Order: sequence, then structure tokens, then C-alpha cells
Amino acid sequence: MKTVIFRTIAPSLAAIMLVFSVFVLLRGHNEPGGGFIGGLIAASAIAIYGIAAGVDEVRSAIRVRPLNIAAFGVFIAGLSGLLSLSQHVPYLTGLWTFFSVGAGEVAISTPMVFDIGVYLVVLGTVSAVALALEETEDDHA
Amino acid sequence: MATTAHTIDPGDLPRAMLDIATSLNDWVIILPIVLCLMGGAFLLLVREWRGAQLGLTLVFLAAIAALEAQLFVRVLTDGPIAMTMGNWLPPFGITFAVDVLGAGFALAATIATIVVVISYSADTMQREVRYGFYSLIMLLLAGVTGAFLTGDLFNLYVWFEVMLIASFGLMIIGGRKIQLDGAVKYGFLNFLATTFFLIGLGYLYGLIGTLNMADIARVASQTNSPAMIAVAGLFLLAFGMKAAAFPLNAWLPASYHTPDAAISALFGGLLTKVGAYALLRTMVLMMPAAREVLDPVITTIAVATLLLGPMGAMAQTNLRRAVGFIVIGGIGSVMAGIAISGLFGVAGGGLYAIHSMLTMTALYLVAGMIEQVTGTDDIRRMGGIYRASSGLSILFLVLVFASAGLPPFLGFWPKLLLLQGALLDNDGLLVAAILINSLFTSIAGARIWAHVFWRNGREGEAPNAINPDLKPVAAAVKRPTIFASAVLVALILFLGLRPNILLESAQIAAVGLVHPDRYTAAVNLEVPDK
Repeated sequence: MKTVIFRTIAPSLAAIMLVFSVFVLLRGHNEPGGGFIGGLIAASAIAIYGIAAGVDEVRSAIRVRPLNIAAFGVFIAGLSGLLSLSQHVPYLTGLWTFFSVGAGEVAISTPMVFDIGVYLVVLGTVSAVALALEETEDDHA
Repeated sequence: MATTAHTIDPGDLPRAMLDIATSLNDWVIILPIVLCLMGGAFLLLVREWRGAQLGLTLVFLAAIAALEAQLFVRVLTDGPIAMTMGNWLPPFGITFAVDVLGAGFALAATIATIVVVISYSADTMQREVRYGFYSLIMLLLAGVTGAFLTGDLFNLYVWFEVMLIASFGLMIIGGRKIQLDGAVKYGFLNFLATTFFLIGLGYLYGLIGTLNMADIARVASQTNSPAMIAVAGLFLLAFGMKAAAFPLNAWLPASYHTPDAAISALFGGLLTKVGAYALLRTMVLMMPAAREVLDPVITTIAVATLLLGPMGAMAQTNLRRAVGFIVIGGIGSVMAGIAISGLFGVAGGGLYAIHSMLTMTALYLVAGMIEQVTGTDDIRRMGGIYRASSGLSILFLVLVFASAGLPPFLGFWPKLLLLQGALLDNDGLLVAAILINSLFTSIAGARIWAHVFWRNGREGEAPNAINPDLKPVAAAVKRPTIFASAVLVALILFLGLRPNILLESAQIAAVGLVHPDRYTAAVNLEVPDK
């Protein structure tokens, strides 16, 4: 997949997909979307960039190892549930707080933190698998 | 059409959330699992910091064991406790409900894990640590603990999957060919078992519309319609496969001897017992009426497993495969407990599973030490260790007697309870099978002992020829391995000599399963007014 068209378009495509994945993640609480599908979109972006530019370039671009991203995701998902410890409610109970920004209102909640955790787990795991698969293909070529 | 905004009076809606404040003390229900999961994730994050992995793992495990000990004491004195995640009203929220049985199993599992981690600490190769060995151990423990503490059948399925994935990783972490071979058999049959479990779950939800264990016990415990019996049969098939009960036991001896001895020890100690635990939970607590109908099937499985396990062990020449068959024989005892049901049966089966967790872990660890001393896994080529190390032979003999159920070792007490239960039931077949199992296990153990320890040298050589392959124990086995195994054997010996606390807990656990009123009350079910 080393065509000029693909290599030219891949970086912008990956960037758009990454932004879109965050949009899908954040709208997910009340509308279709969420951490899982958002993470899949982000991982696809990384896979596409890997096919176009090579695995080494992706690894140096994301700096953090994919599995560490996944582990961090599990960690903050677990942590989001622990926040309800202080409110005398069971583990994982949703806690909400609202800020008004300009005319609108922004909701910050523990389910959102949990969802970000899911996003990172899916992103980390799937891109680790994808990069490993692309690497083997590079070796054989 | 005019769209008007619906104004809903909150009073018109049915209640969706519990309005009872959760005491901070109740967090002891969920914290062991959260610590396992977050600890595993944290260890994965810092896996490049290899020197700290072992220490961090032991700190996490010690904290988990302390929490579970506290949990065990609490349910022993105050009865079952429950917490429903997210504060949603059960049965819609996922409930974790802990009784004596679950807390006891969880505590024993954590103790076995700590022993295995210590015993493996000197052997773990850098490569395996880098691949996340300790994270996988924590995730495996998360799956096992979650399965013991959850009060929701679908959640049990999730923990089964967590456990399966972690154990799959641990089995192939060495990367040897035979490990991949074992992992394929292990993985395929276990995936099949979880699929059957999932199908059963679907049917059950279609039948009664709930998967909360306490709710099932409330709604369906007296139902023995053909559909309920089919669901119970599917659960029996799935959990029987997980527990390696006859005739679905072939995967265990084909796979458990392939990874390093410490990982075998962890698997042999923990994994089959989760299947046994799930059978106790479903058959005795949730669907006793359906179990009654399936009783002849369960009795047949129990008798066949009791007899064929040790017979398989007698026929083996690979040491750890033979131990695998002894594990299967032990599962037969738990199945016998489920077949007898009643208070004695459940107490005996549950206690046997706890004993089996500790004893089988120790047996695999000792088998691993024997392999290191002799440099082979073939029983016929191991002769002469008695002369080289009498200590090792004592450890092995104690464990063989414990797994055969000879007094005064730990295995004796659950078998005594099972015999009492079977005699009360006038079930001569089970009585005979339990006794013959003890005899056969002793014979299988004695055969191994004669081959490995008693004989001077290897099979087929002159009686006085000394085995040239033997290495001194101090040189071949690392100190932590010897220390951890000896401590575990001492614990088994101690519990065998002072069984009162275990026997009393087993009786309380059995009452909790057979008469689940306190268990269902603890869950705070919203019972609709009729």
C-alpha cells in the first residue's frame, strides 16, 4: 500500500479520524457513540497511518506504547468507580457536576471518566494488535 | 402533530435506585476485585521497571488477602452482605453478594496465588516479566475472585472470560511448542463451555426474566418444568466442562503440564474450582428442584469422576499429567457433594474444594521441584530422590495422603462429611465410590512415590545402580520455591490437625446455600406487591 495517493492522504485522514473519535466518545452518553466505538475509530486511524508510513514511524509518533495506553485506561476506569466511595453510594455509582460555559452547560461525570477509560483500553489493545500484525508483514516484504 | 414536551412527575416513575446509604465497611465486597484489576493494570504500566514487579505484586496480593480475610470474618459472624453496582435497584443492577462459601473460596484462592508468586519469584525469566507475567497473574486472580464474589449470573460469565483470557496468556507465555498445543485444547474446550453457559443464560433470562442469583433463588428454586431442567442441564454441562468432570475432563491432563510448574500449580489450584463453585451455586442455591431431577446424572458423573481420576493417574508416566488426574479425582468429590446436596453434602463438597485449592497447588509445586531435581518429567527415570533428599519425599507423601483423604490430613474432613451425607441418603454407590477413590488415589500416589523416591535408580537398571542425573536439592531448586511449598504444606497439615474453624465455616456455608433466606434478604430485592 505504498501508492502516492494513499501516502499523501493518510496523515490527514488519520488526524480527522482521531478528532472524530473524540467527538464520538463525548457524545456517547446520551446519543449513539461512546468509548468503545470511539476507541475503535482511533485505533483504525493508527492502523491506517501504520500502513501508509510504516510501523516505526507510528511508534515514534505516538510515543507511548499501545499496551501502556490500554493499561492506563483500565486504571482510570477503575478509579472512576472509586470516586463514589466518598458519597456513601456503591462502587461505580454515577456522580455528576455541571458547569455553565457561556450559554451552554457542560456536564462532567464519573461515567464519562469511565468511558474515557474504555476508549483508551480499546485504542491501546486494538492498535497494539494492528501494529504487531503490520510489523510482521513488513518483515516478510 | 403537535409535539408537546412530556412533563413527568418523578413520583409516577417506578423506583430505579436504592436509597439506602452504603456503609464504608461494605466496600470490602468490591475492593479485592478492584485492587486485582487496577493492580494488574498498574503492573502493566510499569512493566519496564522489572525490579519492582515482584514487590508490587506481593504488596497488592497482601492487601487483597487482608481485605478478604476481613470479609470472611464478617460474613461468618454477621451473615451475607451485598452491594449493587451503580446503586441501581437489584435485580437490574449488577449485584455482588458475598456469603461464607464465596468469601472462603476467594480467600483460599488468594493464599494459593501468594504461595505461587513467592515460589516462582526466583525463577521468572526476564522475558516473561516483560510480557506482563505479574499483570496476568493479577488478572487471573481478578477473574477468579470476581466469580466467587458476584451475585449475578451474567457477571459470572464475564469473570469466566476474564479468567480464561488471563490463563490463556499465562499458558503460552513461555512460547514453547507444547504450550501452544496445550493452549489450543484448553482454550477451545473452555470457549465451548462458556458458550454453553451463555446459551443457558439466554434460556434462563427468557424463562424468568432475571439473572440475579438471589432473584433466581426466589423465583425459580421450586420450578422443575422441562425448560428449567434443560437450563440446569446446560449449566451442568458448561460448569462440568470447566471443572473437568468426567466425561469432559480430557483437556486438563492434556494442557496443565505444559507451562512452568508454578503456573500449573496456579491453574490446578484455582481454575477447576471455579467450575465446581459455579455448580454449587447454581445447582444447590438457585435451582434445587431441577437438580433433584438431574440427580441420577450428577451421581453418575460423580462416581465416574471419582473412579476414573485416580485410575488415570495410575496409568501416567509423566509426573505432572498424573497430578492432573488426581485433580480430576478431587473434582469427583465436589460432584459427589452436589449429588448428595443436603447440609452434609454441600459442606463436604465446599470444604473439599477449599482443600483441593491448597493441596493441588502444593502438589504441582512439589512435582515441579522433583522435575528440577531429576531433570526429567518421566516418572520412570526419576528414581532415587529419597536418598538425595528425604525432605522432598516427606512433602510429597503428605500431599498424596492429603489428596487421598487419609487422616489426619486436611482432605480427610470433607470426605468424612461426604460419607456422612451419603450414608444418611442411603446412597451405597456414592459411599463406595468415595472410599474407592481414596484407595485408588493412595495407590496412584504410592506408585509415584515408589518410582520417584523409593527406587534407587531409574527403571530397568540394576537395583543398586544410582541415578546419575540427580542434582542436590539445594543446587537445583531455588530457595523461595522450597520455602513457599513447605509453608503451604505446613498450612495443610495445621488445618488438618485443627479443622474446627473450617468445619464450622463449612456448616454455616452449607446452611447459607441450602436455606438462602439470609442471602436473598441481603441483596435488597425489590419484590413486587402481588
